[in-house]
Amino acid sequence: MNFLATAPLFYTVGTSSLQVLVLAVGGLLLLGVMDKIRARAEGRRGASVLQPLRDVRKLMTKERLHARFSSVVLPLAPLVLLVATVVAVAIAPLASTQPALAPSSDIYVIVYLLLTGSIALALAGLDAGTAFGGMGSSRAMTISALAEPALLVAVLALSIQAGTSNLPAIISRTLAHPTMLSSPTRLLALVAILIVVIAETGRLPVDNPSTHLELTMIHEAMILEYAGPELSLVTVASAMRLGLLFALVANLFVPWGIATNTSPGALALGTLWLVVKTSLVAVGVSLMEVHRAKLRLFRVPELLAGGFVLSVLAVVTGLVTR
Amino acid sequence: MALLLASLALCLLGGLLGLLLRESVRVMTTASIGAIACVGAFSAALRVLLNGTPVNLHTSLVLPLSGVDLSLDPLGATFVAVTALVGFASCLYYVGYAKDESGSRATLSLFMLFLFSLILVPVASSVMTWMFAWELMALSSMLLITTEHRDRLAAREAALWYGVLTQLGAASILLGFLFMTLHAHGQTFSLLEHHARALDSLERSAAFIFTLLGFASKAGIVPLHVWLPKAHPEAPSPISALMSGSMVALGVYGIIRVGDTLLGGGSLWWWITVTALGVTSALYGALHATTSTDLKRLLAYSTIDVMGLILLGVGAAGALTATGHREVAHLAMVASLLLIIAHGAFKGCLFLAAGAIERSAGTRNLDELGGLLARIPTTALLFVVPVLSVMAVPLFSGFSSEWLLFEGLLHGFVSHNSATSIAILVSVIALALTGGLTAIAFVKAFGIAFLGQPRTIAAAEAKEVAPSMRFAMLVLCVPSLVLGVAPGVVIPLLNRASETGLGFTPASPLTRGTGLVLSSWQGSMEPLLLLSAVVIASLGLWALLSLTARGGTRQVAPWSSGRDLLTPRMQYTATSFAEPLQRVFVDVLRPDSDLDVTHESESRYYEQHLAYLNRVDDTIERSVYHPIIRNFRRAGTAALRLQNGSIHRYLAFGFAALLIVLVALA
Repeated sequence: MNFLATAPLFYTVGTSSLQVLVLAVGGLLLLGVMDKIRARAEGRRGASVLQPLRDVRKLMTKERLHARFSSVVLPLAPLVLLVATVVAVAIAPLASTQPALAPSSDIYVIVYLLLTGSIALALAGLDAGTAFGGMGSSRAMTISALAEPALLVAVLALSIQAGTSNLPAIISRTLAHPTMLSSPTRLLALVAILIVVIAETGRLPVDNPSTHLELTMIHEAMILEYAGPELSLVTVASAMRLGLLFALVANLFVPWGIATNTSPGALALGTLWLVVKTSLVAVGVSLMEVHRAKLRLFRVPELLAGGFVLSVLAVVTGLVTR
Repeated sequence: MALLLASLALCLLGGLLGLLLRESVRVMTTASIGAIACVGAFSAALRVLLNGTPVNLHTSLVLPLSGVDLSLDPLGATFVAVTALVGFASCLYYVGYAKDESGSRATLSLFMLFLFSLILVPVASSVMTWMFAWELMALSSMLLITTEHRDRLAAREAALWYGVLTQLGAASILLGFLFMTLHAHGQTFSLLEHHARALDSLERSAAFIFTLLGFASKAGIVPLHVWLPKAHPEAPSPISALMSGSMVALGVYGIIRVGDTLLGGGSLWWWITVTALGVTSALYGALHATTSTDLKRLLAYSTIDVMGLILLGVGAAGALTATGHREVAHLAMVASLLLIIAHGAFKGCLFLAAGAIERSAGTRNLDELGGLLARIPTTALLFVVPVLSVMAVPLFSGFSSEWLLFEGLLHGFVSHNSATSIAILVSVIALALTGGLTAIAFVKAFGIAFLGQPRTIAAAEAKEVAPSMRFAMLVLCVPSLVLGVAPGVVIPLLNRASETGLGFTPASPLTRGTGLVLSSWQGSMEPLLLLSAVVIASLGLWALLSLTARGGTRQVAPWSSGRDLLTPRMQYTATSFAEPLQRVFVDVLRPDSDLDVTHESESRYYEQHLAYLNRVDDTIERSVYHPIIRNFRRAGTAALRLQNGSIHRYLAFGFAALLIVLVALA
């Protein structure tokens, strides 16, 4: 089934490299934009949207600090996290439906690549043997473990509609049959995926990315031992993950604008659309965040269970209406 | 066939030598003979898998009256290969592992007998041969569980639970076979298969349900699983590896052999039942694995989980065959078989590693370990590979097989039969949920045992185990890596096994190659290409980092809220790691938690002593089995009153019984 074998190798590899670059820089900019929106909505001026980029540049040149008793896992985990995220970004159809390895651009692969990154960070949290790290790992893994099934089942709903779990194929089918988008299956799956994306990227109301209060930290507690270049890797990887998930939401539910042929112009336009659509999702999420308080940790599973039920409903409606 | 017979004979020879030889040479001789036998069995199985033609043998020399019927076909050969692989590693491991009781004459010869029976079950092709091999397997493994009963009373209890459930299971299997022989005029499998159509639907269903009960109790399927989390921790580690990697899978083999091959598929509701059992086991096992603190108990629950996943694949394959979707059925069956092979290797390796940890640190309780990575790095590395595989990290064998299972289920929705659709939907949900839960369980297992600071002195003084034990683990790491990077290489072999199992020959659902590429649907996963992407990304990252790095590296104190006083007791433990999840699933797990506070006598605002106890027992054991046992006890006590030692009363009983029999016959 070589449905995408027509694209030349240099094109697909070029597309993937472009996606990785755009998301590495764009993900950090998204963080800056979201902070800015939040600050403005709260009546503050806020830092420049370039602030996350400056932070990363500064951290890159600093000394590496390793906690006593920590092992090789501490420096290794950010690399695993970043590589898994980069591969996920490279194979996902973001700017074009023909990234490198398009035949293997399976939604199941991408979900498990993201889970691999979470696993690496969770192990790093346990490495230094501190209470904070353990607390962060335990909470982050619990949330991932509950968010991942909701994501997989929501994606199953889309896969049943398209008859495949291959992401470029799902997006191409949607472009060919836009009525799919207004089906109840899509809408229910959209809500479920949004809930999961908020949990997986550690945004409010699940986790507060700006807190360092010990009782409420999740992601920040897990990476408390990181400093310098390693912290910058974790930050870049988290930003790319945020960008990837937002971009996937945008492309799965508003697929127009993605490049479907191999002309350079289409790719440039696709990249432009990618930036616009992803930014819009980010603006929406940060506006929602302003009006939400953080949920108590033990209410989060209820939110995720809600997402899970919606995704199951999406599959059921998909099966009934096919 | 000659090669297989030679291997079986070697197993028996090894057992005999284990019984006769002096202590100094006993272990080495037996283990090497066992390892050679496994190599032989593996090559015999591989040959059948490669050329696809089954070999048969009938001899009346061994068992009186019925004789012995053996047949090695691709389906059986798959299981022989798994047994031989895990058995080979276990034999190597045994050389370094044997000590005191585990190196005794009885244990060694039972070990070889167990290996013999494990190879014999998948090649047995008549009811008598099957029951002989099955019982030999049950009895030898039961005795092996009691190996260390002098030190641990729990081993006796575990053997008792196992013995009762496995014997009830064997009786049920025999009953099922009796139904099948009703019209067959014989007891060989080829006769049974040939005359299966003569059975009416009730006889057929009875045969399936009775055998299913027996096989499910061997495969550790909920609610017949209670023996498994008791027996696996108590048996010596190489035996646990064989039990979990191979023996438990033979339960699934039985279901495929009887349901799909001998009874020819049968009704849809059979397979819906099988899927339901699989879903329940997968979820129940995964959930209990997350809260277990005993490493081997955690692995045992994870075995229940994976067996559930395999069974739901087999169930989906059966249901899809029954509704006429043969190609998807084939895909689901291939996925299940791939998962069986992957599980044999990674779970075998995990049990061996658990044994190594127990040897080095003196305990397998996760709450007493910690910091082992710095002390036993080789064991840690050999533990990580199967852990990544069981967590279904891409590029490892668990991922390849679960991806294939997911595709099998996804395309199974072609069936418009509503019962099948619901069963498949629930299966996908179970697959998704267990993925996350397994990740928690094994992040906990590795993170708590190997990272952080040691929680006890024994853990701080852990030493690497003998080289032969480490080499054995390495052997079992190879399939995890090979099936992860190039799962396509075994697909042609598994196609043949699945064809034999399902009894029809559709076009292969996967195209030839190293990756997994579906032939009739859009979907593919090429791990080799993914691996190259990973390599390129890593090289790029490395180049970037070496260009930008300026500062050096410095050791600092970890963050401890400003106090330089971080003791190992402040770390998260396995119990606390799983606590949030335990709270979420409190209704299913029903933990016993107890906080005991002793206040200072002067003021209630200060505590003198705090004691926290958290126990998660097997929910089903407590709510189903304990009441049954209690009622049996009560009935037994009540029956005691019938006996007062008076000869007159016993004569009266005899007379009454005779009267009742006469009345009943009249």
